[in-house]
Amino acid sequence: MSATTTRPRLHPAGGPLGRRPRRPKGDDESTPLLLGHGRLPKVLASGALVIFALLWLLPFVWAIATSFQNEQDVATPGFNPIKGALTLEPYRVILDRGNVPIWAFNSILIATLVTVITIVISTLAAYGLSRGTFRGRKLLLAVTVSSIMVPPQLLIVPLFQEMLAFNLVDTYWAVILPQVVAPMMVFILKRFFDGIPRELEEAARIDGASDLRVFWSVVLPLSRPIVAAVSVFVFIGAWNNFMWPFIVTNDPALMTLPVGLATVKDAYGVVYAQSMASALLAAAPLIIVFLFFQRRIVKSVATTGLGGT
Amino acid sequence: MSTTASRANAPDDSAISPSASTPAPVAGRGRTRFTGWVFVLPFAVTFALFMVWPIVQGLWMSFTDESLTLSGTDFVGFDNYAEAFADPDVWSSLGNTVFFTVITVVPLVVVALAMALLVHSGLAGQWVWRLAFFAPYLLPVSVVTIIWSWLYQPDLGMANQALDKLGMEPIGWLSDEAFAMWSIAALTVWWTVGFNFLLYLAALQSIPDQLHEAAALDGAGAWRRLFSITLPQLNRTTALVAMLQVLASLKVFDQIYILTKGGPNNSTRPILEYIYDVGFTGYRLGYASAISYLFFALIIIISIAQLRFFPRQEG
Repeated sequence: MSATTTRPRLHPAGGPLGRRPRRPKGDDESTPLLLGHGRLPKVLASGALVIFALLWLLPFVWAIATSFQNEQDVATPGFNPIKGALTLEPYRVILDRGNVPIWAFNSILIATLVTVITIVISTLAAYGLSRGTFRGRKLLLAVTVSSIMVPPQLLIVPLFQEMLAFNLVDTYWAVILPQVVAPMMVFILKRFFDGIPRELEEAARIDGASDLRVFWSVVLPLSRPIVAAVSVFVFIGAWNNFMWPFIVTNDPALMTLPVGLATVKDAYGVVYAQSMASALLAAAPLIIVFLFFQRRIVKSVATTGLGGT
Repeated sequence: MSTTASRANAPDDSAISPSASTPAPVAGRGRTRFTGWVFVLPFAVTFALFMVWPIVQGLWMSFTDESLTLSGTDFVGFDNYAEAFADPDVWSSLGNTVFFTVITVVPLVVVALAMALLVHSGLAGQWVWRLAFFAPYLLPVSVVTIIWSWLYQPDLGMANQALDKLGMEPIGWLSDEAFAMWSIAALTVWWTVGFNFLLYLAALQSIPDQLHEAAALDGAGAWRRLFSITLPQLNRTTALVAMLQVLASLKVFDQIYILTKGGPNNSTRPILEYIYDVGFTGYRLGYASAISYLFFALIIIISIAQLRFFPRQEG
């Protein structure tokens, strides 16, 4: 946090600006400015906020309560979701059956590989597009930017055929490779690199540093917040991706969590407690990560320039 | 993270550089110019393989009778496109997609704004609110559909149990044509509003306090400041959020496919599911591609219209 204020901040226009006059803002600091000083607005606002939060938490509460019940109790009508003794049985059954842990492993592996490969490819490309002088740079940039509009679903039929041709259907690589092409992320990173003053790099070059060295030791350290932000979004995207992995994997042993839970669901029949337990097990990892990195993630949204002024 | 990246970088570069104008270590003043194409190469290759090629291939396919089952492929000109325009299923699924977009975009913008304003107004417990509103966005689609199909379950689910408690008749949330799309829209708002909420929150935090302080000194009340300062300052964010949301809603497929498979009676089937049905269930890849490209053309038209409508000052 303190480190970021000394570094160039990303502005939507792409340039690192000088420090903007802003009050040092803690996480839980109050802003009386929006509400004024009366008592009534505060009460009304609190009430609305609590109602929204309850509405948004209710599905979780209902699902969690169900997941700790016996199937027989769950099958009894009634608004109160807790109808009998609490039990860990549904979780035990799910973990014994072994599918969910395998899918979780696949999801973690695939999302991690997608993120690492995407970041390596995209940061290099963004830097090349920002500073490069090679022929065709403008063309590549234009094609990259316009491809942001292409809905990924458009590519699914030809991509599937391509994977058939490469003999990659039902492999991790079939799931991973198409996801590492992230024109949006290249664009966001390029805009950031454009805003870094070139003098720093020139100085390093004069000292005899190679291009890669300059990139690695000068540019990347300045870009840590934006790279972190992009990583977060690539990871969430890969973790939650459904349609492509769904189409390209048929073997349950290779499925990711979203695909496995949606397709092998029939195997669970109408056992609601177990469905809820498996859903919550699948939901837990990212929620826990969010709990730990909440401020980082919230800031990421602002940093990518998606949120700025 | 950093070590992995460096290892992945190094062999990449050395494998490529000998073949062409080496971006050799630049010596002193006689420095070679940084061309950068080596940096771009990995992206260019994957981009060509997994983006450009499929786009070109798909376009070509849309002019053929390519099929997953038959081996021979013939060029059929605009036949697929002509068929698509005359296909009532194309129009009805497109209608469903547009309907879904209309009923989700408004709440996804308005609710997100309301949440962000409320959270930003500085009531205690920021992280609790943020977690409550953003957590659903972190759920994979199948988790969302598992939880909501339980809430919507006709005999035991929360929604109908609540109605029962209020003395009302149960509703077929996903099985009644009159309700199915609305049920899916409600689920979608719950699931994805968190992202827009964060965009608004970030924008609110970047409004300088001086504006509020100055207005307060001039005697502007809280409501006055909301409408004269806060909301106008958020104009660009609102335009952006609305634009992204329209495009995202038009692409709806996952949650509908999992929950209703487009039913009941195709009343919730979006255009992307129809493309999927034609291509992967009906094996008519050529025809599926043609519909995809018509849909893509529509998205481009809508994007251009939006850009016209909300001129963004952009650097």
